[in-house]
Amino acid sequence: MQVQEHKRQDIHQIGPSEDLKLEIVRRGSGPPLLLIPGEEALEAEAAFLDELAKSYEVFISSPPGFGRSTRPDWITGPDDIAYMMLDVVDEFGLNNVPVIGFSFGGWIAAEMASKDDGFISKLVLVDPYGIKTGKPTERDIQDVWLLSPDEVMALKWYDTAKGKRDFKVMPEDKLTIVARNTESFTRFGWEPYLHNPKLKHRLHRIKAPTLLIWGENDGIITPKYGEAYRKLIPNAQLAVIPQAGHSPHIEQPQAFLAELRKFLG
Amino acid sequence: MRAWHFTEMPYPNIPPFDELKNTRVTIPSRLFDPKIGADLYNRYLDEHCIADELGLDIMLNEHHASASCLDSCVPLPAAILARQTTKARILILGNPVANRGEPVRIAEEMAMIDCISRGRLDVGFVRGVPTEINPANSNPTLTNDRLWEGIDLAMRAWTTHDGPFNYEGRFWHKRAVNIWPRPYQQPHPPVWITGSTDRENVRKVAQHGFTFATFLQPYENTRSLFDEYRKHYVDAGVPHQGGTAFLPLVFTADSDTEAEQGAQELLWYIRSNKTEPQFKNPPGYASIALNVQALQGKFAGRTEAVRQQGLDYMMEQGILIAGTPDKVTARIRKFYDQVGGFDHLLMMQQAGHLDHQRTVRSMTLFAKEVYPRIMDLPPAVASRTPEPALAE
Repeated sequence: MQVQEHKRQDIHQIGPSEDLKLEIVRRGSGPPLLLIPGEEALEAEAAFLDELAKSYEVFISSPPGFGRSTRPDWITGPDDIAYMMLDVVDEFGLNNVPVIGFSFGGWIAAEMASKDDGFISKLVLVDPYGIKTGKPTERDIQDVWLLSPDEVMALKWYDTAKGKRDFKVMPEDKLTIVARNTESFTRFGWEPYLHNPKLKHRLHRIKAPTLLIWGENDGIITPKYGEAYRKLIPNAQLAVIPQAGHSPHIEQPQAFLAELRKFLG
Repeated sequence: MRAWHFTEMPYPNIPPFDELKNTRVTIPSRLFDPKIGADLYNRYLDEHCIADELGLDIMLNEHHASASCLDSCVPLPAAILARQTTKARILILGNPVANRGEPVRIAEEMAMIDCISRGRLDVGFVRGVPTEINPANSNPTLTNDRLWEGIDLAMRAWTTHDGPFNYEGRFWHKRAVNIWPRPYQQPHPPVWITGSTDRENVRKVAQHGFTFATFLQPYENTRSLFDEYRKHYVDAGVPHQGGTAFLPLVFTADSDTEAEQGAQELLWYIRSNKTEPQFKNPPGYASIALNVQALQGKFAGRTEAVRQQGLDYMMEQGILIAGTPDKVTARIRKFYDQVGGFDHLLMMQQAGHLDHQRTVRSMTLFAKEVYPRIMDLPPAVASRTPEPALAE
């Protein structure tokens, strides 16, 4: 897909490859904070972001293939994407900044921090994918591509009404981004299924204080998965938010912000 | 015009469709009785041998985790029929190289079958239908890219005769490709590719000079695909290769009443294609534009719209051709005109519960009373390399 040059300076060539251009939207003012959205990019218009933007300049960095970022063929997954995000950090001279990643973006943030966390003041991972600790026949991560859309909704949301999006009224350019986000998520997450077998052997390298925030009712990856993640990161804690599924920041924004503030200070 | 007999080798002895969520992908194999399966395999192979005796060519395909198709490994029946038949061309449509991978292994299998059959093999390569994605665990966003790289590698394996070559592509890294045997047909067996909606794919097939096939489509769609193909066709100079093919359900009967009964039974194939949305349109399998339509509720997978239709619609559209020999002949000739001509009639003459006796009767009536009256329909691609005379 051709990504159109945007009028605002939101599209940035990252690294030496001319085919890699990422959409990086800056919101709010204050010290910088790097935010990597999830596969559905629900974060950009979420209520919690308005609050966050009061205290930080939030750099919302869309991974390749998401939003209006390009997707060169040579990128095969979060391991690659993590290096690009490190290039974003260099490009904007980000140093001593908090990093927050959601779901698929949380996986990317974990990959990135395992490679280099020198610039990270604090790391927040919200219901991230990325690891598998169970046996071959165990589904650590419920298979969102084998279940029916209704079953996926029921697993993903505590209150499915909060997860419903009315695509029939959405303009076509936004739908194009929704469809492409889904395609890119599939491209990068299909196999190995939503994890990188090497990541769990690299997570010990993350020295930054880390907070894992988990929706208590996340049926795709349960808090037990979050606990396994926590154990693999040396300086990590896990906060579980009640009455929330895979997106606690959407379902319980106040509780989510309270945890975030407590951790970030 | 050449005519090909085809059955997907169904296992129809399953519970009623309304008791099943899916007839593919998740249908448990406890519903498969190996004794019934053994009978069915042998029966379907017998029918292919009868097709050979009747002067028809033979088409085979492959699906996985599906009651609609017991052929989960298409080189096997092709190899059996290479030995058990003598005249028929044997078309594999196709090798699911995008999902299966192993293009070099496929090239070897095809070369062996081509030699055993003394050059009677036609080799299709297919991207695979959406329901094949999960059984193969194939990344749905990469099937087109894998298909074309797989074809490229397989064809190089067929046509390189000076010892090993290396291939370091996007999907396959092979550093000493050197297959034995080489194919019997030179430079290689005719190559076929299927397609349904993707125009760019049709153009690519035409520009390579491959044969293009489409299945069970309303005739207007078929016509526009064939027109696109003819506009871009380049003769690659490969005997038997090039041209267009259409697959309808076909039932030829002694009377109109029997024709309608047979037609209804063949519709099992279309009705049985019952799957949940996640299998009809896996994420990233269809284009972004089609998935935008899916989000708007206007697209639910290509086959779904046809599945809901009745017999009249199917007959009208040419998706199903049934009747007495006169009527079948007339309908095919009309269809030929409706689509601007075509070269290969791929006939699903057996589906569902249609039994051996009635299948063979229909095949026989077609071969004896219809085929002679459509055989003379001229090639629809004028520049095509002429076919060599059939070996005695």
